[in-house]
Amino acid sequence: MSGLKDAGHLFRFAGLFVLAFLVFLVVRSYVVPKTFGQYGHYRGASIGEIASRPIKFAGHQTCETCHTDISDIKTKGAHAHVNCEACHGALAAHADDPTTVTPVKPDTAVLCAQCHAASAAKPKDFPQVDPADHAGGVPCETCHNPHSPVVGSDSGASAGSDSSASAGAGSSAKTAKGGAK
Amino acid sequence: MNISRRHLMILLPAAAVAWKHVLAGTPEDSPNYRMSEHWWGMLIDIPKCIGCGNCVRACQTENDVPDGFFRTWVERYHRSDIHLESPEVISPDGGKEGFPVVRAGEEGKFFFVPKMCNHCADSPCTQVCPVGATFITPDGVVLIDQKYCLGCAYCVQACPYGCRYIHPTKKVADKCTLCYHRITKGLTTACCEACPTGARQLADLKNPNDPIHEFLKTHTVQVLKPQMATGAKAFYNRLDGSVR
Repeated sequence: MSGLKDAGHLFRFAGLFVLAFLVFLVVRSYVVPKTFGQYGHYRGASIGEIASRPIKFAGHQTCETCHTDISDIKTKGAHAHVNCEACHGALAAHADDPTTVTPVKPDTAVLCAQCHAASAAKPKDFPQVDPADHAGGVPCETCHNPHSPVVGSDSGASAGSDSSASAGAGSSAKTAKGGAK
Repeated sequence: MNISRRHLMILLPAAAVAWKHVLAGTPEDSPNYRMSEHWWGMLIDIPKCIGCGNCVRACQTENDVPDGFFRTWVERYHRSDIHLESPEVISPDGGKEGFPVVRAGEEGKFFFVPKMCNHCADSPCTQVCPVGATFITPDGVVLIDQKYCLGCAYCVQACPYGCRYIHPTKKVADKCTLCYHRITKGLTTACCEACPTGARQLADLKNPNDPIHEFLKTHTVQVLKPQMATGAKAFYNRLDGSVR
């Protein structure tokens, strides 16, 4: 033991290290979030925080619980695979409170062209028209029912008397069937 | 029960570890959602994309994405018949308002490529984060803990697909969450919900009934930058060789 007789200063110094380590452990336990490391090197609770954010698109299943009349028309038509909110926009607020939040009806003269305006970059089997040439500014819904757009399909568009419009619709009807399969 | 000192010394740390997990609780909000039962990805069907920009607008609405930044965007490729290796790529405002019209008879091949976070299984972005603010969840979604993020932008540089940005007001990293707040509630993502042609489909690779399995077997499917071995889970059908 004679070797340790004059080693008191080393033990005191080692004690300081041990104390510093304990302080570190205490501070760490307060600073590191409780869920850090729950699943990996991150804060586990953040998953729940991100998952609990509110939704804005209600989803077509929600729409179909009330608007069965529209979904019945739509499922038979060429737009069967187009979800409600693809055209009508995000409407979770309307689904939560149908009476006070009422959706604005889209302008078909603008809306339809977003998809159906002709461009050689689009897939060949997708029905496309030159809006100015095809309708000349007449809103699409004059001839086409947006929920079942092929003119002459069972849902029945509102008009269709214009011969050039119906001829154009007839040709697009063929491509629409091709695109829908 | 007689516990020896030796056994107690073994049991105490084990109990401490177990108690930590009890205290942590469960982060899952949805009662029927089990993270262990899912492994999310996305199927992007290029021949179906018409470049309408609905997905970009829907994403912006759903996730409050600031103007000029994109969690998803659409690129239009023009692969010339002469210069096969150097396609011309445009994405005006992320394709949010569509693309300029291409007249019939233009030389070369035109097609749209929707881009988004690939939710890589071995992502470079999560590996470089110095503080553990970005990570892949047990169900395969790469997320950002914005309360923990320092905004150092290391991950923005690390992403080989350019899918991350620094949020202009929050000053933290931001990116696609695969609409984690929707898919955990049984809904599809906002971009899939808004896509009129079904060019985007959310895929659950752990669900044996998901049509993705049949699709992957029967179609020519590729991921972006496969040579980087990121384990990307955005699967592109009929991806042109010129896409980067």
